Amino acid sequence: MSKPIQIASTGSGFVEEVELEGHIVDSLLLPKVLDEILTHGGSYLLKEIRIGLKQADPSYARIEVRADNADRLQEILDAIHDHGAVPVATADCAYQEADMDGAFPEGFYSSTNYRTQVRLGGEWIDVEDQEMDCGILLDPEGGAARCHPMASVKKGDRIVVGRQGLRVFPAETLPRQSLFEFMNSSVSSEKPKGVTVREIAATMKRTRAAGEKMLAVLGPAVVHTGSGEHISALIRMGYLNVLFAGNALATHDIEQALYGTSLGVSLERGLPAEEGHEHHLRAINTIRRQGSIKNAVAKGVLKSGIMYECISHGIPFVLAGSIRDDGPLPEVITDMLEAQQQMREHIRGVGFALMIATALHAIATGNLLPAWVKVTCVDINPATVTKLADRGSHQTVGIVTDAEPFLRALVTELNSP
Amino acid sequence: MHTDDAEKMRNPRILMCPPDYYGIEYEINPWMSRSRGSIPDRAQQQWKNLYETLVGLGVQVELMTPQPGLPDLVFTANAGVVVHQRFFSSRFRHGVRARETPYFDAWFAGHGFTVEQLPADVFFEGAGDALFCGPILFAGYRIRSDVGGHQYLGKILRKLVLPLELVDPRFYHLDTCFCPLAPGEAIYYPAAFDAYGCKVLQSHIPRLLAVNKDEAIRFGSNAVVVDKTVILNTGCEKLAEDLRSWGYQTIAVELDEFLKAGGSAKCLTLRLDGEEAAVWD
Repeated sequence: MSKPIQIASTGSGFVEEVELEGHIVDSLLLPKVLDEILTHGGSYLLKEIRIGLKQADPSYARIEVRADNADRLQEILDAIHDHGAVPVATADCAYQEADMDGAFPEGFYSSTNYRTQVRLGGEWIDVEDQEMDCGILLDPEGGAARCHPMASVKKGDRIVVGRQGLRVFPAETLPRQSLFEFMNSSVSSEKPKGVTVREIAATMKRTRAAGEKMLAVLGPAVVHTGSGEHISALIRMGYLNVLFAGNALATHDIEQALYGTSLGVSLERGLPAEEGHEHHLRAINTIRRQGSIKNAVAKGVLKSGIMYECISHGIPFVLAGSIRDDGPLPEVITDMLEAQQQMREHIRGVGFALMIATALHAIATGNLLPAWVKVTCVDINPATVTKLADRGSHQTVGIVTDAEPFLRALVTELNSP
Repeated sequence: MHTDDAEKMRNPRILMCPPDYYGIEYEINPWMSRSRGSIPDRAQQQWKNLYETLVGLGVQVELMTPQPGLPDLVFTANAGVVVHQRFFSSRFRHGVRARETPYFDAWFAGHGFTVEQLPADVFFEGAGDALFCGPILFAGYRIRSDVGGHQYLGKILRKLVLPLELVDPRFYHLDTCFCPLAPGEAIYYPAAFDAYGCKVLQSHIPRLLAVNKDEAIRFGSNAVVVDKTVILNTGCEKLAEDLRSWGYQTIAVELDEFLKAGGSAKCLTLRLDGEEAAVWD
């Protein structure tokens, strides 16, 4: 399983909270402890401080000590222990065995999308597959924990209950480095797009260099606006490794490949084609007759477009269905739980997500992503961008714009040295 | 606050224990060496000189019964901390000294004190590491006592406790390098503390008398203060001179036999009615 701690790039991954109590201000014990932490190569965050009001009143400090490796952290803890800084009393996390399939025990811990650790056998371990609105499943052997969706619970699963032995690292404590830290409120049509697009391109280059995957979540407007070719270019350039979409994106992409229209409108001329409203249904029918999009590509029926590029370049895609779908295309997953599960599997290892012109799939994906994955959301409707930003990620950059000019600029930036 | 200083002056009370079984039987500090044992007759004579000096100053000296096999029972300063009628019993770091505790506890219980214990997970060596100067309890930690014990004591007593890290193993107890003389006045040996400790002392005690290295090693700071008289080991002439210039009388009592165990005048005594420098509510 993936290790969120590595993806999180939190800088200082080894952390312990200590308390210091008594006359720690007058005695200079607090500055001394903080100095010791720094001298030993660690860093700290004062999580809480209460100063005594009268001279005889004790003061209290809760300090998060961070170090870049476990040995150094232990060295720091040993050094400050003699000055009275003791680890905050903690116990292992508590769990209950699920008493039925498909539901958590009452009192289950509800997860966030922030990096989370549970204490097992006295050790803090990272919760894997970090996802909001899940429970935490403990490995029966001990020593591992991961986020687990409600519907997947099996009777007898060990599910974490309460908040004891749990700690969550909010995004605020992550080191701030780039656009994705300071532009999280850039949900505006009036921000300079050029700089933003350049930063996003730089982030995509870094993500690729780091060996992390890039995910695109696309709505049909990508095709309607004539951006299909830009997405195809991203795939060919190696900037897209996973695709999430619905029936509509794939349908209109294939419609364009087969008829040159999107929802019956010629992408060349911008005018409705004769009998064009039937094109998308005929496209679906053609693919269904081939058994799958993959077969259609293999037999030379489908020769261009986003779906063609995905299949040609071995890019995995998840097409999640909806109630209004025509057809749907054979690869569309109509069991929502199954679609969610497949999306979860493909999210592992993703470092960057580009969500364009889709509220439904963008929010669904946003719910599954850990908070540390950088997200760019592009939509002509500010509400879509805001909704996604509100999911709690501080690494979301929202851009209110039409998909086509954004993608054209992005491809140009990615092509520039 | 002492309600009646004049009365205290008339009747200072100190606990001592005759050195009948005193000797260097183990090594728990850099001073002790079993190859350099004490000479019993000399130890007896030096202890007696100190005792008589105190009695001569009008001190009511209480005596514990010496116990065979407990050579350091003579160092009563380490029994615990006395605040009014409360006795906070020590939790010695070394097992060889922890055996003294039942005898100290029994004596205090038998003399009208309430015997109280600190949490089991801390080491705490009594007045050896906790001395009042004015209303503030100065506490030495790291070598023998744990800082947590002192913070606990501060909470119980509702008093300001200032823990000071001891950094030189030769000055393993606070009373070997720090001696309150009066509220706001004390002797100290700066090199026994780190920079933080020195700063804390300097900012909380207006008049500090620094003892030099040679006389610190003679345990000049391990002095007993009775009213305006300071009793200290011989060979601390500079300190004695400085004290006299501050208006104190000094009495030198040779205590070299006890220096072999890392103790001097202060270690051999435990003030029962509050040190001269202590200001209690």
